[in-house]
Amino acid sequence: MFTVPQDLEAEIDERITHYPVSKRSAVLPVLHHLQQHFGYLSEEAVEWTAAKLGLEPIKVLEVVTFYPGFRQEAPGKYHIRVCRTLSCAMAGSHELMDSLCEKAGIDRSGVTHHHPIAVSPDGKFSIEFAECLASCGFGPVCMVNDDFHEAVTDAEGLLKQYS
Amino acid sequence: MGGITYQSGRAPHAKEHRVIFRNIDRAGWDTSIDTYRKEGGYEQLKKALGMERAAIIEEVKKSGLRGRGGAGFPCGVKWTFIPPNNTKPVYLICNGDESEPGTFKDRYILHQDPHQLIEGMAIACFAVGANLAYLYLREEFPEAARIVEKAIAEAHANGFLGKNIQGSGFDLEIYVHRGAGAYICGEETGLIESLEGKRPYPRIKPPFFPAAMGLYLCPTIVNNVETLCHVKHIIEMGGDEYAKTGTKNNTGTRILCVSGDVQKPGYFEVEVGKVTMGEVINDLCGGLRPGRKLRAVIPGGSSAKVLRADEIFTVGRGDDARKLTIWDIPMDFDTLAACGSMAGSGGVIVMDDSRSMSWVLNNLNNFYAHESCGQCTPCREGSLWMKKITDRLVAGKASPSDIDTLYGVAKNIDGRTICAFGEACSWPTESFVEKFRDELVADAKPSLESAIVNPETLTAAAGLCD
Repeated sequence: MFTVPQDLEAEIDERITHYPVSKRSAVLPVLHHLQQHFGYLSEEAVEWTAAKLGLEPIKVLEVVTFYPGFRQEAPGKYHIRVCRTLSCAMAGSHELMDSLCEKAGIDRSGVTHHHPIAVSPDGKFSIEFAECLASCGFGPVCMVNDDFHEAVTDAEGLLKQYS
Repeated sequence: MGGITYQSGRAPHAKEHRVIFRNIDRAGWDTSIDTYRKEGGYEQLKKALGMERAAIIEEVKKSGLRGRGGAGFPCGVKWTFIPPNNTKPVYLICNGDESEPGTFKDRYILHQDPHQLIEGMAIACFAVGANLAYLYLREEFPEAARIVEKAIAEAHANGFLGKNIQGSGFDLEIYVHRGAGAYICGEETGLIESLEGKRPYPRIKPPFFPAAMGLYLCPTIVNNVETLCHVKHIIEMGGDEYAKTGTKNNTGTRILCVSGDVQKPGYFEVEVGKVTMGEVINDLCGGLRPGRKLRAVIPGGSSAKVLRADEIFTVGRGDDARKLTIWDIPMDFDTLAACGSMAGSGGVIVMDDSRSMSWVLNNLNNFYAHESCGQCTPCREGSLWMKKITDRLVAGKASPSDIDTLYGVAKNIDGRTICAFGEACSWPTESFVEKFRDELVADAKPSLESAIVNPETLTAAAGLCD
């Protein structure tokens, strides 16, 4: 049963007031609130958002499927995004990805463009590559949930911060 | 910098000229409005509210300020594109979608000096007559979103936002809008579509120039974070005085973000055109890594065409014509354009002789293939083809003629798309092939060439491509 808690709905309603001209503008912020709470965006979340904003569900779904920042699959408790792009790659971000996977026991062999996330067997960590995270001078860079980490060389040490 | 101390080890280099980054890494500085106001914060907004709107725009025009997001378009001129007989609401959007690979400047403003941006936005809104503004932040800046929203609330509580600001009769609301990880939202019409709650497919121009038909089909001004911060300082200094910093037609300061193979990468605010590429690499960044030689530099974010270390560039015309090595290039809009590249977003990526140019190009092609919005066929298909060819190249599964195919694909994207992403994704391939053809060809396998033209071995060759 998909239920949005009252306080979350109140936050969402307040957020919608930021768009006095068009409620449709609130699609991204509403989805962010739901993803933050539920971890990912289910079909029910899409339908709830559509009903909330008076839209056809497809108008919400097309947004969810377009933006890499929205997930349709459950991540781990701690979701790691490693920067894949040039300056971080030069600083060793692909090696960082490999060692994070090794230390967290994550198998990325099933990762594809449409299923970019791999989850550890215990569900604690999930990981994906992200494109440029805008800290190119201090790579390799990654995010763990909302936390930002620069010059990450010790994969084990990073994971330990989240145990 | 007189009277300012910086955190240990974070003092600006002597060749820097800090205006926008004055308070970045400053000892004793915080993001509260009290700290900001102690140093004259919001005084320029008060001053602007007492000026005629046209006079503010005139100062910004006189300052020569050019957009810091990538295109380098004159900011004051952009503001005058709002139709004079307009009766619709006007909106202002601050583009904080910072996602051009190699660029990392906006985060520091948002994290450490949010009121500077809010003041700049408020002045710009007053000048163009906008009562509603959005700060479009990339999703990967969650902390920035929290910091700026707190700063907006403080500005409200102190009467610098909201109704009847400082008794001027001017109303303004600023809201933070978070994107969701798509590079194309940095393109201003894609950003507008995203802010309308849609897929960020860029709009065709004309007719959809934002200043005429932007957000909700109303006149909309879209400016970069750094550009809007400059507006505050232009009001403080006056347009003429501001124009004395930097160089002619390339005025003011700008933030260079240097990454890659230098000893001390980082962010540096310099007067535009007053430092050379050599000074950036050798002085600001402490030189190349020991024992290494410069191979190539991407001077203005990943979409800018690459410069080869041993090129000789001819800039200027007639009597002004002169020859420059890569080390002599002054870091300004016009010279970098004359060198066949661009100053773009200020992201300088340095590569030494340890780097494979095939590998570098393949990394960028993967980025663009991932980020193409898919609206225009040449870009959607072409960016993926370029990625697939360089994927093969770095895997040792490309033939020499693949390099020509790669170049042909790039040339067929460039100029054939709705937005500038077409150029952004094809320029790296075009320039790497033009300047490093021998190296790319050397990474290809001539044996695969004969395999592909010989029908008997075609089956075996087909297995090499995915």
